[in-house]
Amino acid sequence: MTESNYGWGLPTAASTFAKEIDFGIYLIHAAMFAIFILWGIFFVYLLIRYRARPGVAAKHEEHGILASLIPDFIVLAFELCLIFLYAIPSWSRIKVETPGAQDSLTVEVTAEQFAWDIHYPGPDGKFGRRDPALVHASNVLGLDPNDPSALDDIVTVNEMHIPLGRPTLMGLTSKDVIHSFFVPDFRIKQDAVPGMRIPVWFEPTKTGKFEIGCAQLCGFGHALMRGDVFVHAPKEFENWLVDQKPALNPTGK
Amino acid sequence: MADKKHSDHHQEQHWVWKYVFSVDHKVIGLQYLITSFLFLLFGFGLLMLLRWQLAYPGQPVPLFGRFLPEALAPGGVLMPHFYNALGAMHGTIMVFLGMVPLGVGGYGNYILPLQIGAPDMAFPRLNMMSYWVYVVGGILMLSSFFIPGGAAQSGWTSYPPLADISPGQTMWLVAMIFVITSSLLGSINFIVTTLNMRAQGMTLSKMPIFVWGQLVTAVLLLLAFPPLEAAAVLQVMDRVFGTSFYLPTGLVIFGQTLDVSGGGHPLLWQHLFWFLAHPEVYVLILPAIGIVAEIIANNTRKPLFGYKEIVASMLFLGVMSFLVWAHHMYLAGMSSKLSNFFLVTTLIISVPSVAILTCLILSLRGASIRYSVPMLFALAFLPLFGIGGLTGLPLGLTTTDIYLHDTYYVIGHFHYVVVTGSLIALMGGVYYWFPKWFGRRMDDFWGKVHFWGTVITMNGIFFPMFIQGLAGVQRRLYDPTAQAHNLPTQPLNVVSSVFAWLLFLAQIPFIWNFFYSMFKGKKSEENPWKATTLEWACPSPPPHGNFETPPKVYRGPYEYSVPGAKTDWTPQHVET
Repeated sequence: MTESNYGWGLPTAASTFAKEIDFGIYLIHAAMFAIFILWGIFFVYLLIRYRARPGVAAKHEEHGILASLIPDFIVLAFELCLIFLYAIPSWSRIKVETPGAQDSLTVEVTAEQFAWDIHYPGPDGKFGRRDPALVHASNVLGLDPNDPSALDDIVTVNEMHIPLGRPTLMGLTSKDVIHSFFVPDFRIKQDAVPGMRIPVWFEPTKTGKFEIGCAQLCGFGHALMRGDVFVHAPKEFENWLVDQKPALNPTGK
Repeated sequence: MADKKHSDHHQEQHWVWKYVFSVDHKVIGLQYLITSFLFLLFGFGLLMLLRWQLAYPGQPVPLFGRFLPEALAPGGVLMPHFYNALGAMHGTIMVFLGMVPLGVGGYGNYILPLQIGAPDMAFPRLNMMSYWVYVVGGILMLSSFFIPGGAAQSGWTSYPPLADISPGQTMWLVAMIFVITSSLLGSINFIVTTLNMRAQGMTLSKMPIFVWGQLVTAVLLLLAFPPLEAAAVLQVMDRVFGTSFYLPTGLVIFGQTLDVSGGGHPLLWQHLFWFLAHPEVYVLILPAIGIVAEIIANNTRKPLFGYKEIVASMLFLGVMSFLVWAHHMYLAGMSSKLSNFFLVTTLIISVPSVAILTCLILSLRGASIRYSVPMLFALAFLPLFGIGGLTGLPLGLTTTDIYLHDTYYVIGHFHYVVVTGSLIALMGGVYYWFPKWFGRRMDDFWGKVHFWGTVITMNGIFFPMFIQGLAGVQRRLYDPTAQAHNLPTQPLNVVSSVFAWLLFLAQIPFIWNFFYSMFKGKKSEENPWKATTLEWACPSPPPHGNFETPPKVYRGPYEYSVPGAKTDWTPQHVET
């Protein structure tokens, strides 16, 4: 399933805004290609046409300074269109505005050397208090057992399960150094910075398994820092959630 | 003249003062030139190992593997921390110990005083000091490989908290403080020299483009480096004295709470770093544009198209380069609304670059193009720098950067700018000014072998990176096969690596040609390229003090093929 997502071009587009980002990538590459080819033809023409030949002197006079500004203005106009018709509106939709928490699945994602810790609020819908001093191999996020809302919280490592059909709204942070949460299929990337909680959202459009990579150098295990997002049909996701044991009470006693 | 007076009163200078601790801008220029080329070769050499790991992850390095210490590469297989050190040191050495000292210290020192008709730099002793401070910084940087823990391994960008807690970083910071200090001393010298030491008649509007490029570069260095120096001092404080300028409260490293006071912020470093490092891009590119402009004007045998437009664009680039730094940080966690500002400035800054490139290409129109070896390099610069510039577009645009940021696309982009752009130009400059430096010419045949070998292999290395980037391959991965989405394009890593090794081989004719021609090359006339600018108005190599009589300047820098003139070049200093 995963292998087929990835090839030599862009991976499958599996989130609501993936197509929007791809549109920009394709448009810009088409424009780049056209500009390069046109300039290239003109360049090669000049190289051949004006090679040194005996008896033919170079022309001293200079003309067409104003005309030479035409490409500058074409580029400027194209870029202004890109900025105001494409980049700013789409950036606002993807990175500035976030969907409401009540319509979304809310999770807290904490990066560490070299893993992704995914924190679900559990049946009470409230995230428990976390304290760095309580971090331990059996309590990777430092959940506070004295906080009643922490008792039913669910924590998974390197496996993020989310439902199809509604957005996932994450709070992204890091325990130690800067990491970057990157899911190529969703076209989403965001640095995870210790001391900050950065909201990130996406809405999957396909069920399946999608790779999470780390995109910011985070130490000797950077290449091995990976995880998977599992997108389930809504019903299936509810079933998965019910099966999970609370992180502070894994045996369920 | 100065030389004669000097030797009348004193004995002949001891060789140590003449060639080692010299205050002559030409000797210092060549010292910079050769030192920085050696650093470039070394920094590139590190990459030979790194590219092996990328092409054949986990396999022992052939031939050289056995010479590597057991702690870094047991059985010849690179350890991840050594791989990270190679990456960090490659970037640092190439940028700060190679390209900047070459473009500014090397070319600027040698050529700039000659082109403005000055006997030397304004502050010769300061000039010598900046070279030796650079050497000390370089030695410290290289020696960091031998300290316990090894060299810095947090990337050339050294983002904290990782850089605050990784081994080797303190040495990197101290070395950087020396290198930055050297550049600062040099930049003051360049600005004063250009503004105060010009020959009679050399008004600003008659200065060659090369001089303009150096002047703008010097201003950028002067204004951009202090923030990095301050940032580096703060990072040293964090590492050595236990402060936490860059460390927030509550860090847990491998399950252990980090015992620091906290309250700092990791993004502070990024802002300070990129406030330098974006102008730095123009520090790398403006001297190169200057060289390309000189070579193109000379080899087209006509005035450069749009002199004023190029100068205005350079000045505009200089100013704008201070307003775009956070386009490296769209995804760093700073306010996402702030990104829109940097998006607009970033796309504005592309306009003067387009203008410069347009002028250089239009300079070919109506020309009589001489395909000399330096001209080949200058011409290759145009389309290849163009690719570098164009591929900056999807990275500068916020939305598309979400996907492409921190992928191989970025590596491909900036290597096209700095390597196939700047470095190609800086190599061409060697062929162009070699007769000036040594009074001899480099061999044309080996020059062409070097040119084609270099241009083809560079494209072979960097072009596949765009394809990898589009497939989502992240940067700085020790093992690119560890993640499923990186597997399909893994063969491209082999392609890049093979071309990287070939590029290394392609430098052999260059190195041989350089040293052979230095002693045995064909003797050159004083003005072999029939050029108009002032550096060709004095003997080659120029004596101490440069000009026998102070030159006077009568016209602009590129008066080629003037109608009615006897020859197709009319030098700046010749009164007609």
